[in-house]
Amino acid sequence: MSESPRMVDIYVMGKHYAVPEGLTILTALEYCGYRVIRGCGCRAGFCGACATIYNFKNDAQLRYDLACQKTVEQGMYLTQIPFFPAVKAQYDLQQLKAAGEQVLALYPDIVKCFGCNTCTKTCPQELEVMWYMSDALRGDIHEVAVKSFDCVMCGLCAARCPQGLVPYNVAILCRRLYGRYLAPVSQHLEERIAAIEGGKCDADVEKLEKADEKELRRLYAERDIEPAY
Amino acid sequence: MYPHNIQESVRKVEATREARLKETLPRLSADAKTPLLQRFHPDYVAGKMRPLAIGPNKGDSTPNEIADLLEGNSRIDPDKVDLCRVDYDVDVLVIGGGGAGASAALLAQENGVSVLLATKLRLGDCNTVGAQAGTQAADRLQDSPSQHYLDTMGGGHFANIPELVEALVKDAPSVIKWLESLGVNWDKNPDGSMHELSGGGASRLRLHSAKDYTGMEEMRVLRDELRNRGINHVEFSPAVELVTDDRGQVCGAVLANLETNELTIVRAKAVVMATGGMGRLHIQAFPTTNHYGATADGLVLAYRAGAQLIFMDTMQYHPTGAAYPMQILGQLVTEKVRTLGAQLVNADGVQFVMPLEPRDVVAAAIIRECAERHKGIDTPTGQVGVWLDSPMIDLRRGAGTVARELPAMVRQFGRYGIDIAKEPMLIYPTLHYQNGGIKINADGATTIPGLFAAGECEGGVHGRNRLIGNSTLDIFVFGRRAGRAAAQWSKQAKPGAPTLNHVRHWQKSLNESGLARQRPISPMLLPDYAKAIPDYLPNYARESLKPSWMKLA
Repeated sequence: MSESPRMVDIYVMGKHYAVPEGLTILTALEYCGYRVIRGCGCRAGFCGACATIYNFKNDAQLRYDLACQKTVEQGMYLTQIPFFPAVKAQYDLQQLKAAGEQVLALYPDIVKCFGCNTCTKTCPQELEVMWYMSDALRGDIHEVAVKSFDCVMCGLCAARCPQGLVPYNVAILCRRLYGRYLAPVSQHLEERIAAIEGGKCDADVEKLEKADEKELRRLYAERDIEPAY
Repeated sequence: MYPHNIQESVRKVEATREARLKETLPRLSADAKTPLLQRFHPDYVAGKMRPLAIGPNKGDSTPNEIADLLEGNSRIDPDKVDLCRVDYDVDVLVIGGGGAGASAALLAQENGVSVLLATKLRLGDCNTVGAQAGTQAADRLQDSPSQHYLDTMGGGHFANIPELVEALVKDAPSVIKWLESLGVNWDKNPDGSMHELSGGGASRLRLHSAKDYTGMEEMRVLRDELRNRGINHVEFSPAVELVTDDRGQVCGAVLANLETNELTIVRAKAVVMATGGMGRLHIQAFPTTNHYGATADGLVLAYRAGAQLIFMDTMQYHPTGAAYPMQILGQLVTEKVRTLGAQLVNADGVQFVMPLEPRDVVAAAIIRECAERHKGIDTPTGQVGVWLDSPMIDLRRGAGTVARELPAMVRQFGRYGIDIAKEPMLIYPTLHYQNGGIKINADGATTIPGLFAAGECEGGVHGRNRLIGNSTLDIFVFGRRAGRAAAQWSKQAKPGAPTLNHVRHWQKSLNESGLARQRPISPMLLPDYAKAIPDYLPNYARESLKPSWMKLA
């Protein structure tokens, strides 16, 4: 614990720094003294702000990841992608139809995909991006929704697509169409909303609101608890 | 893979696992909880809070880190800002681009008024995206809004504001439906019924989730909707002060461009504050689950303008932040792991707390296990932790459950060679949530006319401790209510002449109290994680090296 950490050589936009091993790309940049404004959001792998491209001093092959999750490695060359413009269709979800043609109508360019698979290789979430794009082309909204669900919309797929396609925006269109039109309706949810709107839950809640703290404490301690599993 | 010395403890956890599958620890009685919290919860550590010396909540205690900012100096000199040079003139200004802000903007727009949403980082850079477990709503036959009410009050130690809890539980089912109508993909059973789970302090299965990406799913849908509707929004533009008028109403804000320092003046008939939490203040040096911009800016602005705060002496430490590996130290390990059946286990493989107690109780029990009983596990960084026995999930619910229900957690730990379906997770409490905040009524109205608040920056809904799944509910319930109410207000508001007089008064009383020189500039805007500025530099050079966003004042 008291021994000093091993250092790793990295290159930030070409300049050499030595940083302790075990840092992420994001914390390594901060360790070097860079103050991040863009390219940093949740710092926990969920927001997609810190999409990054890197390679190694002696290996030109580009690699892709989230800077807040990827551990620095010896010889890394780092850059950040603070912003990358992308095509997004504007639509009123409530006016759309949950038909496969809808996707093609809003994103006609997806026919240009020639299957190079760069998007899949680029995805830091390791999603099958090219496969869901071919599902989108076939109009299989549900399959796109399933395959793309873990997308954090970091934009790396769009940044690297040689045809200028924007898989993550195609994917969110499909997921929203699925949730809005294709997911089976929850009957118990509808019924509860109707009951609340009809004032049928008011009396029970009011009774608790009027109860003094002693009575609330008793009711709380005595409430039955549904087994968690 | 865990280091060798830690693996010995993993064996002990494995050895007791089968017996523990049948073991259920009892819930603690109210009498047992009180001393546990008082002895081990960080809120009760002596010397870590102090009464505010100035402002509407003078005399009320809050953590020193928050007090410093609430008592801070303005970033702008009112005499050098021309409020007549208006850049945006709108009905409703929403400050904050998370779940609450986006909901407020959508509802304000639906109510027929012009809206501007301003946010410090990108639209959707917020704590909402990191919320994993789910959103509570009492919509099953076995459940009811009154049951949800009782759970929420009990979790909050009966301090919650009743009218806010009523709004929370009665709006909840319609919020779930609203989100679905916008395209959120809820976890459902094949017949359409919701796949719901339990949670700490909840007496019913009530948690609606989207795998363990619930908040991310909710936020990306709202963000997309905001863009589809063409609602105007400006990014990288935090508010640095509110603007008030001669009648004491809020009527706009001053924004700063985070990169160029340029100021932007927004005139608005109503303002919705939706700036989220404070985790990046690292209270008591805790790590945090919060996003980069969670620095309590909205509290500072509202307080300076005269808004009352409530419950600012209670912070939520999420029981299960990652204690290992160091790359994800303090990041969220969702409560859903316990909801699905994982127990909390010490270094000897012994269970020490019922895993579905409310969060403050579980966090205090973990701290006691490490600090008093010395049954924690030391990690290479010096961070101590206890086990969250995730492999129990597949044993209880069938192989593949972890992979299906917790893809984000599997991915996050898998990166560092830990397979959470087979190996337990090392965790320790981490700073997670601000239980209190700006005082509101059921419409989200604060104590200042024209100023509304929604989401984590407001307080009262959760009393002194929030339950799982009630924060992603809060942001939509009160985001929608505040957006609607702000729109209504703006339709009849009669704003007077815009001023920064409240800032002048504030600085005057800071000077008179002698605090001005001792306090930092606030709001903080961003935490400073860059390597420290070298000591050998003369002061004038140190000042010039400070990042530009710190030099606005």
